Formats: sequence, C-alpha cells, structure tokens
Amino acid sequence: MINTTQPILIRGARIVDPSQGWDRAGDLLIGDGRIVRMAPAIRNGSLPKGCVVVNGAGLVACPGFIDLHVHLREPGYEDHETISTGVQAAARGGFTTLCAMPNTRPAMDNASVVDYVLRRAREANGVRVLPIGCVTKARAGQELAEMWELAQAGAIGFSDDGSPVANPHLMRQALTYARGLDLPVINHPEDPALSRSAPMNEGRISNRLGLAGWPAVAEETMVARDIELAALTGGRLHLAHISTAGSVELVRRAKERGLPVTAEATPHHLTLTEEWVRGHTTEGPVAGPLTYAAYDTSTKVNPPLRTRRDAEALLAGLRDGVIDAIATDHAPHAVTVKLVTFDEAASGIPGLETAFGALMTLTHKGDLPLITLVERMTQGPLKVLGGRGRGLGSLREGSVADVTLLRLDEEWVVRGAEFASKGKQTPLEGVTLKGRVAATIAGGRVVHSQVTGLEASDNT
Amino acid sequence: MAIQTPTTPMHHPNLVDGTRRHILDLDDFSPEEIELVMATTDAMGEVLGREIKKVPTLRGKVIVTLFYEASTRTRVSFEEAGKLLSADVINVSSSGSSVEKGESLLNTVRTLQATGADLIVVRHPHSGAPYFMARNLERTSVINGGDGWHAHPSQALLDLYTIRQHRGSISGAKVVIVGDILHSRVARSNLWGLTAAGAHVVLCAPPTLLPQEFLDGSYREDPDSSGLASVEVTFNVEEAIQDADVVMPLRLQLERQQAGLLPTLREYSKMYQVDERRLKLARPGALVLHPGPMNEGIEISPQVAHGAQSLIEEQVHNGVAVRMALLYLLVANKEGPPSTAQDTPSGELPRRIRFL
Repeated sequence: MINTTQPILIRGARIVDPSQGWDRAGDLLIGDGRIVRMAPAIRNGSLPKGCVVVNGAGLVACPGFIDLHVHLREPGYEDHETISTGVQAAARGGFTTLCAMPNTRPAMDNASVVDYVLRRAREANGVRVLPIGCVTKARAGQELAEMWELAQAGAIGFSDDGSPVANPHLMRQALTYARGLDLPVINHPEDPALSRSAPMNEGRISNRLGLAGWPAVAEETMVARDIELAALTGGRLHLAHISTAGSVELVRRAKERGLPVTAEATPHHLTLTEEWVRGHTTEGPVAGPLTYAAYDTSTKVNPPLRTRRDAEALLAGLRDGVIDAIATDHAPHAVTVKLVTFDEAASGIPGLETAFGALMTLTHKGDLPLITLVERMTQGPLKVLGGRGRGLGSLREGSVADVTLLRLDEEWVVRGAEFASKGKQTPLEGVTLKGRVAATIAGGRVVHSQVTGLEASDNT
Repeated sequence: MAIQTPTTPMHHPNLVDGTRRHILDLDDFSPEEIELVMATTDAMGEVLGREIKKVPTLRGKVIVTLFYEASTRTRVSFEEAGKLLSADVINVSSSGSSVEKGESLLNTVRTLQATGADLIVVRHPHSGAPYFMARNLERTSVINGGDGWHAHPSQALLDLYTIRQHRGSISGAKVVIVGDILHSRVARSNLWGLTAAGAHVVLCAPPTLLPQEFLDGSYREDPDSSGLASVEVTFNVEEAIQDADVVMPLRLQLERQQAGLLPTLREYSKMYQVDERRLKLARPGALVLHPGPMNEGIEISPQVAHGAQSLIEEQVHNGVAVRMALLYLLVANKEGPPSTAQDTPSGELPRRIRFL
C-alpha cells in the first residue's frame, strides 16, 4: 500500500508540464503529497528511503487534470451518481480535481449542503472535490443565494448550471456581488425562451428527425448578454460549455477587449456532431435512411451536439486559447431516464472516463498538440479557479502531487457497463479510443493505477 | 470517431425478400417495395369490395394497436384491416392501461411482446418512439402509426395509392402541400413518397410554419435530403396552386396561434385557405386530398372539402386497403422470406395471399 507520504519516482517518462513549458523526457519525484523534484535525470543516490521507483518508459506524466464542470448528483440523486462513484470515475479519467455543480437536491445554495458535499468527498477519499455554490436560492432565479457564506464554506464560484441565470438584472447583481468575493459566476448560456428546452440542435437533422430544435442563437444571445454585463460590472464571468461557432467568436472579441471572461468547452462538443443523433455505429455516424439506431438518447445532452462547423470552431478556439479550458460536464444518469423516447430522455453524457481518450483523437490527427491539450485541462481551469487553485495543475517543485500518467497509443474499447460512474449510457459505447489514462495520483495518493509497480492506495 | 463523415449502410431489410421487420418511415422503402405495397393494396381493395369482406390470411395472429394520442382514422382503419384479415386485434390506449399508472413505453411494449403480439401499430406524440421500440423488441414487428412531427408512413402510402388510382402515374404531377409543414409528420413522410415517385412537390406555408432549411434553401445542398432537392417552396398560396394536379391542405392547429407562430387562425384562413376561388387556379379536375382531421373553414373550405374534386373519403377507404396490405406483408411473411425471389416478380401478387 502506498500512502500519502510514500515517495514515488517516475523514471524516464515523457514529462509534459505546460506550467513550465516542459515537454521532454525526465524523472519526477514526489513525496509527502508534494512534487519534490522534476529533472532530466534524478540519481538513485539522491532518492529518499523506501522510494517506489516506477518505470516510466512509454508513459507520459503530466499534472492531474482539473475538471471545472461535473455533476456528482449527491445529495438527492444518488441513483444517478454518488460522490464516491463520481470521484472513482474521475480517478480513472486522470482527473485529480473536480468542481461539483450545485444542482443537487437540495441545491447547494447554503453552507450546510457545501459542508455535506465536502464531508462525503473526504469519506470517498479519492480526488479533490471543489464545490460550486448556487447563484440563486434553490436555483430558482429569483433571489441571490448567500454567496458570501457559500464562499466561506469553500465554494469556488457560483452557478445555477442546468439552468441559466435568465433574469439579466439578477445576473448583473450576481456578477457585481461576486466581485467582492473575487469568485467567478459560471453561467449556463441558454435563453430558455429561445431554446424551449428542445432536445437537439436546430437544423437539418432536427427537421429530418421531426424533433424540436435548440438553435445556436439561444446560446449566443446569452453569451453576448453576459459579456456585456461582465464589461459593465467588472465581475468575473465564466461561460460553461459553449458549443457554437458564434459563441467562440463572441468570446474572442470579449478577450480582445480585455474583459474578465473565460470559457470552457466539453470533449463531446469538440469531437461529436449532431449527426450522431441521427444514428451511429461504433465507427461513427451513418447517413442514408434512418436506422433503428436513430434517436439514440445517449447522444442527448444540453447544450446539444452541434454541427461540424461548430465543432471545428470550438477546436480552433481551444487551440488559440479563446477557450481556456476543457470541462467534461460529466452528467451521469440512471439508465431508466435514458431508456425512453428522445424527447423524454434526460440530457447528459458521463464524460469523466472517456474524456482523455476522446480528446486524443484530436491530438492523433494532428489538430491539437498534446501540450495544449494538457494545458487546457490543467493551467486553463486554474484561470477560473484563481487563488482557490493555488498549488494545483503544475509539476513545479512544491506543487501538490497531482500527477496523471498516460499511455498515448493504448487502444481500448469503451464499455459503459465497466464505468465506475453510475452513468453507463455513452454515445461512445463500443468505440475504440486510442489514448488511455494509466494511473492517477492525487495529493500523493495513487487513486488509480494500471502501471506495474505502482499500486493503488487502499481506499481508507 | 471524432467528426467523421457519415457512412451509408449497404443493405436495408425490405418487404420484397421478406427481411423487413418494421415499417417506420418511407425513407428506407425501395421503389420495388412501394410497387409491392401498391399491388397488394389492389388485391386488398378487391377483398374490401366483396359482400363478405373477410379473409383468413392472418388467422391466429395477434395485432395490438397502441395509441398514445387520439386518433380516429388511423386506429380504426388498422383495427378494421386486422380484423378483415382475421387477425385478433387488441386496442390499447394510454388511458385505461398501465400507462396511466406511469408504466414506461419500454415496459409496455416488452409486456405486449411477452403476451405474444406479432405486431404493434403505435401512435406516439414523441418523434422516434417507433425506432425506440424497434430497438427493444426481438420478436414483435412495429408499424409506425404516426410519431410526433416525424413520420406517418401508412398515410403517405395511402395518399400515393389514391393519387395513382386517379392519375395512373405520379411522375411529373405538381403536388402542392399547404400548411403547417414544420409540425407535420404527414408532410415529412409524403415528401419521401412523392419525390421518390417523381412528383413535382411544392410546399406552401407562412414562413413561421416551415423548417429553417426550407426557408434558407439549404435543403438543396443537404446530403441527407438529396431526394428533396427538386422541392419548391413558396409563401404564396395562389402561386403554389397555379396549375397544380394535386392540392393537399394540412390541418392547422389552434396551438400554433398560442405558440406565437401565427397572429390568428382568421388571418391564416384568409391567406392560405384552400377554397373554391383558389382551387380554380389549379388544373381542371385537380385532386384535393386531406390527411384529416379537417378544420373546415380554416385550412379548407367546406365547399372544397365536400366538393367534386375532393378525395378525402376515398383516402379513408383506401387507408383500410393499404393497411391490410402492410399487415399482410409484415405479418404473413414473418415466418421467413419467400422460398425464392423468382416466386414474386415485382408487380405480381405475392403468392402467399390465400383468399376464400
């Protein structure tokens, strides 16, 4: 068993640390829950006593991934996910820090629910859970939640995710109030009067399937509104899961204006399109007449999968930094709410365990350098976390020992039934991905490992 | 994975070789299958004309109509079709069944399969419900009796049949569909059937009742709707009806006014109602079809609805024959495909029909 104080040396891995602009072979020594040293070569003689030495050949070592956007469902929806299953899924996906969305039942709109989530996370003893508090009481969009008290309890930002802050006056007040706390307001950009909770993207596929359409403009009008409110108030705005080419353009212009605006995109919006709703096999979407695979509810997600043009714009934005972070929007659901018609199905994809493999398709194709991919999963999220993320996302000496080991060329077949997450319905079911998380070390503890000689710590 | 170009599957199950299990829409019907349905419908129409209009073809077969939405025409004609073919027909509606207790669609249809149903005709308010059923049933066939805004294949087939009965061929005919295209499963299925048969289809509606891709013209470049590239779109009903061979107004629902898509039904009927004055713009003897139920005085005037050019009641009558053909082709053939493909040259009656 390896405990937090156990020193570990990863020898001869390819070390990718965007915080230092480092991408080359080297040795990485951790101990006492911290990064002790990162160097081209660490001599055996300088190793601490009892140090576990891991052969890093064929492995990439990078800072543990930080996910700004997950739904852990607890309290209230434990049949969809628990904090325990959620952090296990995160460990398998290489994530060492999760920001938990507050659309629980009761919602995380007061300090006692935050306390509860933090306690359950400690008991789960996996990866770090940082709670996000509600913007409004019960996420009802009427009155501000007690944001100061939420911040005191540990909230790293505020969001009514799942719903937008629809009332522009209230959004203005939230951004203004949050300035005093130096925390971001994370909005879910969707004008509900325009999207009408439609189940998929508006366009030729929705017309083809006879489904109501959720138009890109329902996101873009709210992104534009929020950007202007950020300009007015000076409050920190983070835009969750932007999904359209128009949103990327709006964020690009906001950044050119120097506004305090950040944005995230999800792996599924970067790698899948609305074609998948129309029907797909493990090889990808199918054209021609509809097959029985049409209306696959595992592809239902909010915001919906968009067009190829949108996905390409997101990728371009991700590459050039307009999009700061990749966030999974891990949204697990019990199978019962997915085994229904497309209109009725719950929205959400469990993304933690497939994120890295899915994103590596972009890297293997040459569309996204590995160091950029890692940056957007480590340093990028830190721009949103600010001071609350101090010590994370880096392999610099003294940083928290959050390390993810990757095998870039390992091929594996996605099987929802084998997920640690309770959310088993994935559009990638049966798909072969190339690129896999080999081990995850969170705060010096090995929370997941498939690497010889590196045993996972007891979950106690 | 990752943003691939969609691929087209090679073989689709079909009625001609007996491999088709479900009828979900017309987009996957080959021309040969359409011909087979038309020929079989002729035979069924002959049965319907008899004094004792019943044959034992589907004796011992169980057909369930499962309707989650109100329906007169479709449900009654499927029930009648099944009964005239001597199947045992059981009607299940969402009220009065365990659906009312909250039983899911999945459990409902698995239960019906377990009771031994050979075929379920389903009407459902959600697009794609029949596809969901088809995915989850191993033994029971599914016929889509109308799903959401998506498809209503038996209606499109009976429209096709009715037009052919009167014109011989559809190829080159100008067919005008007027009304709420956006929310119409009838329009969607008819688009497949009519364009495949070579009709010149014109869609006419106020812009708020047309799908976006018909508004901006992008449907012409849409690989998914390549068959629809010849479709014409106009907002002007007089222009649409000019020289038309077939005029098909669609039901206009009051909800569209409430949803802000139309100022009033009154304004709609002034602008788009198919009335005698407008019908005069069509070719002499042009045919008037309506999928029903009609809102007389809104999308169609009573004079046209009940006038000499109206085929609306004939559509209903043909609807029974078409549905007999569909039930027969799916259920009687269920044991397996005909022994050899040569047994059923297209255009001739399939050999398995046994008439009294």
